[in-house]
Amino acid sequence: MCDTCGCNVTAGNAHLGPAVEVLQGLLTANNQQAAHNREHFDRHGVLAINLMSSPGAGKTALLEATIDALRDELRMAVIEGDLETENDAQRIRAKGIPAIQITTGTACHLDAHLVHDALHDLPLAGLDVVFIENVGNLVCPASFDLGAHRNVALLSVTEGDDKPAKYPVMFRAADLVLLSKVDLLDVLDDFDPARATAAVRNLGRDTPVMEVATRRRLAIGPWLAWLRGAVAAHRSTLRPVAVTRPLAPLLA
Amino acid sequence: MHELAVCQALLAEVQRVADAAAAGPVTRVLLRVGALSGVEPRLLQRAFEVARAGGVAADAELRIERMPVRVECLLCHEVSDAAPNRLLCARCGAWRTRVVAGDELMLQRIEFRPAPAVPQAA
Repeated sequence: MCDTCGCNVTAGNAHLGPAVEVLQGLLTANNQQAAHNREHFDRHGVLAINLMSSPGAGKTALLEATIDALRDELRMAVIEGDLETENDAQRIRAKGIPAIQITTGTACHLDAHLVHDALHDLPLAGLDVVFIENVGNLVCPASFDLGAHRNVALLSVTEGDDKPAKYPVMFRAADLVLLSKVDLLDVLDDFDPARATAAVRNLGRDTPVMEVATRRRLAIGPWLAWLRGAVAAHRSTLRPVAVTRPLAPLLA
Repeated sequence: MHELAVCQALLAEVQRVADAAAAGPVTRVLLRVGALSGVEPRLLQRAFEVARAGGVAADAELRIERMPVRVECLLCHEVSDAAPNRLLCARCGAWRTRVVAGDELMLQRIEFRPAPAVPQAA
């Protein structure tokens, strides 16, 4: 007799209407798939990084610069999420790096099942890092664990330094915030990196906030150091690393 | 608008529970949605009205309990209310806090239509 399967409903009390107490997260199926994806990555010692930002914040440009800098050091691959086109995957392939394009059609985010399908086309055995470039969107991707080990959020300086206050769920989910296009700061008078950092702190997070530029001048040193550290930490740990999840207490 | 995807996951779970309970049509689905869950209750409500069609919850009502954000200060251990984008301790103002409520996205309870009355033995 229990509330879980409904076997407590008898002819005597059925008029009350049976009910089942579920107490389960709404995205349980996605989270189970994400855990499965993480096992895939871990089995091959691959660090997976989920890159999220608004459209046009410079995710693909950052990946291009990262590939140029680390191609002799790390074996990398990219999973690209876009509503349409293979353009971003082609930019990565032009660098000689494997790239799988997921076109989501009208869906505004990647989910763990889409990433799993892409993994079938990716030779994980020969890789150190897989970057998952999420669909450009600061809202929806925050709700879906993909099975990555680290979430990185880009905030370009053309967007406004209050973005973390406007999109708290996304920026709370980040393990690293990159302020991108900082080479434009000298022509912008309305973006203050200190205010952007303060907005992240107001979310109760001590997430590192770093500046990067990939165009007029190249400045990605702190990001590369963070990435090397994350790869080393991932290799040295036998257990999967703790993941910052947007929705922590999914199972009460 | 990922609320439709969330809603489809919800309805898949409702269908699974209904099948396991061998219960009749669903009359009511109760959720808890926190202000920091990343899901907008009004959009979820509208998505539900579209997505429920044709399934076990086709006539069901969706009732969403909105959960306010509460944080625990890691310095003074005060537990206080907070706005979703200002998760600061209300007592000492520190930003080193932990969210203790308000990020729920939880399926609480599913209610089914009562079974037809069983004829009483004479």
